[in-house]
Amino acid sequence: MADEYKAPLPNPTPDSKPFWDGLKAHELRIQRCKDCGDAYFYPRDVCPGCLSGNVEWFTASGRGKLHTFSIVYRPLKYPPLQAPYVLAMVELEEGPRMMSNLVGIEPDPAKIRCEMPVVIEYADVTAEVTLPRFRPAS
Amino acid sequence: MALEKLHAQRGSIAIVGAAESDRVGKLPGKSALALHAEGARNALADAGLKASDVDAVLSTGRQTANDVPEYLGIRPRYLDNTQMGGCSFIAHLQHALGIINAGVAEVVLITHGESGYSRVGMGSGDRFAPDTPPGQFEMPFGIGGPATRYALAAVRHMHEYGTTKEQMAQVAVATREWARLNPRAMMRDPITVADVLSSKEIAWPFNLLDCCLVTDGGGALVVTSAERAQSCAKKPVYVLGTGEASCHSIISQMPRFHVWDAAIMAGERAWAMSGVKHSEIDLAMFYDAFTIVPILALEALGFVEPGEGGPFVADGKTGPGGSFPMNTNGGGLSYTHSGMYGMYLLVEAVKQLRGECGERQVKDATTAICHGTGGILSASATAILSTER
Repeated sequence: MADEYKAPLPNPTPDSKPFWDGLKAHELRIQRCKDCGDAYFYPRDVCPGCLSGNVEWFTASGRGKLHTFSIVYRPLKYPPLQAPYVLAMVELEEGPRMMSNLVGIEPDPAKIRCEMPVVIEYADVTAEVTLPRFRPAS
Repeated sequence: MALEKLHAQRGSIAIVGAAESDRVGKLPGKSALALHAEGARNALADAGLKASDVDAVLSTGRQTANDVPEYLGIRPRYLDNTQMGGCSFIAHLQHALGIINAGVAEVVLITHGESGYSRVGMGSGDRFAPDTPPGQFEMPFGIGGPATRYALAAVRHMHEYGTTKEQMAQVAVATREWARLNPRAMMRDPITVADVLSSKEIAWPFNLLDCCLVTDGGGALVVTSAERAQSCAKKPVYVLGTGEASCHSIISQMPRFHVWDAAIMAGERAWAMSGVKHSEIDLAMFYDAFTIVPILALEALGFVEPGEGGPFVADGKTGPGGSFPMNTNGGGLSYTHSGMYGMYLLVEAVKQLRGECGERQVKDATTAICHGTGGILSASATAILSTER
C-alpha cells in the first residue's frame, strides 16, 4: 500500500526537518519566537513577525478550527487523493494556519463549515513520510 | 514626503505603444518567445519607433532577462525580469517610471509572451519542487491548479460576507457580454447565471465558467517620458499613478483570506500618486483569473465597502451599457488568458483611452484603472492611466 503512494511528497530542508520528523513520531511540532512570543508556520529559521533568529520548537495540541476550504472535484493524476476531496486551511489553536486535508466528513459544501472545530490525525503515507490530516472534532 | 515625491511624477511618463500578438488563442505554431516578439514588433510599430530606439527591456516568463532582448536583437542598457505572476507587467510600468525619471533609460519596452495552452518553448522549471515551501506545505495536500487555491479566498469571503455563487457568476455573465463585442475573443456565445452554475464543477465554489481560459498570446508596451511621447505616432496615454505590493507567495500564507491586502497596498499607492478620485474612473480593467477576483479588487481598491463587492456586481452594471464598465475586452474569462494576463489589461486600457475599440468602445473614456493579481492573490499591481496629464 505504502509503495503505491504516488501523490506529491515533501523533500524536507534543514529548516523544516523537525516538523516532518515530528509528524513521523505523530506529534505536531511547530515553532515560536522567543522574542515576540508568536507561534508561526511554516517552519523557518527566522520569526516572520520580527525577523528574530531566537526561535524554538514546541509541540502543538493538534486542535484547531477550519478557517477555509475548497472541494476539489477534478481528479488529480496521482492516487490515492481521489476526487472529490477537501483542501483545508486549518487555524491551529496556537494561532498559525496550515494547509491540510479535511477527512472524516462527506465532501459536501452544505456539510462543511468555516470555523468548525477540527483535530489532527496522522497519515503514514510512506515509510518515510507522515502527512497531517484533520477531521471534525467530536 | 515619499508620497509627495511620487505625486510630483504623476503623468511624467506615457505609454506610446501598446499591442498584442497578431493572434491570441490556440497557437501551436508559436513559441513563447515568438509571441513576445510579435507583441514587441507590433507595439513598436504602434509607437512609430524602431527596435534601435529601445534602451531598456522589462519582461518576464520562464527565462532570464537576457533571453527576450537576444531574440529581438536588442542590446538594452537596463534589464528587468521581475516575476511576481500575472500582474508583473503592471509592476514593470512602475519600474519604467523609476528608470525613466532617474535617467537610466528613455525608451522602455515591456513584453509578454506565453504559450499557456500549447506549451511551446515554455521550458520546464518546477516552481513547486518538493524541497520548496509550496512543494512541502501545499503540494502534498493536492492543491492541483490555481482554481483550488483561489477557492480558499472565495469560500472565506462567502463565510464572512454572505457572497453568493450567483453574484460571482454574474461577473462571468457580464464579462461574456463584452466578449461578444470583441471579434478576437475566444468565447462569444451568451451565457446566463444558470449556465455558470450548471457548468462542470472544478473546485468548490468554482464551476468551469468561473475560471479563466487557458490560451496562447503575447503583447507589449512602449513607454517613454511625457516629453518624448509628444513626438510618437499616437496620442500618449499618461501614467498617473502606480503601485505594487506582495503579502505572501503561497496561498496558505495569505494574511486574511477574505481581504486582498496586497491589492489594498498597491491601490493606496496608485491613488495617492495620481490624485485621481474613484468617480473619475471611466474604465476598470481588473484581472479576472476567477470570478471572485474582481470582487476582491472592487473592495480592496475602495470602489465599494468590504463585503459589498458581490452585491455590486450582481445587477450586471459591469457589462456593456452598465454604469461601471469592467473588463471590456472580455477578460481572462472569455477573451484570452495565456497565463500572465496582466499585459492584456494594459493594452485594452490604452486602446479604450485612444478610442480604438470599435463596437465595445466605452464612450468618452479618458481615465482607466488597471489592477492585477500575481501568484495566488500574492502580489498586486495597480496603474491609473489617462489621456490627460
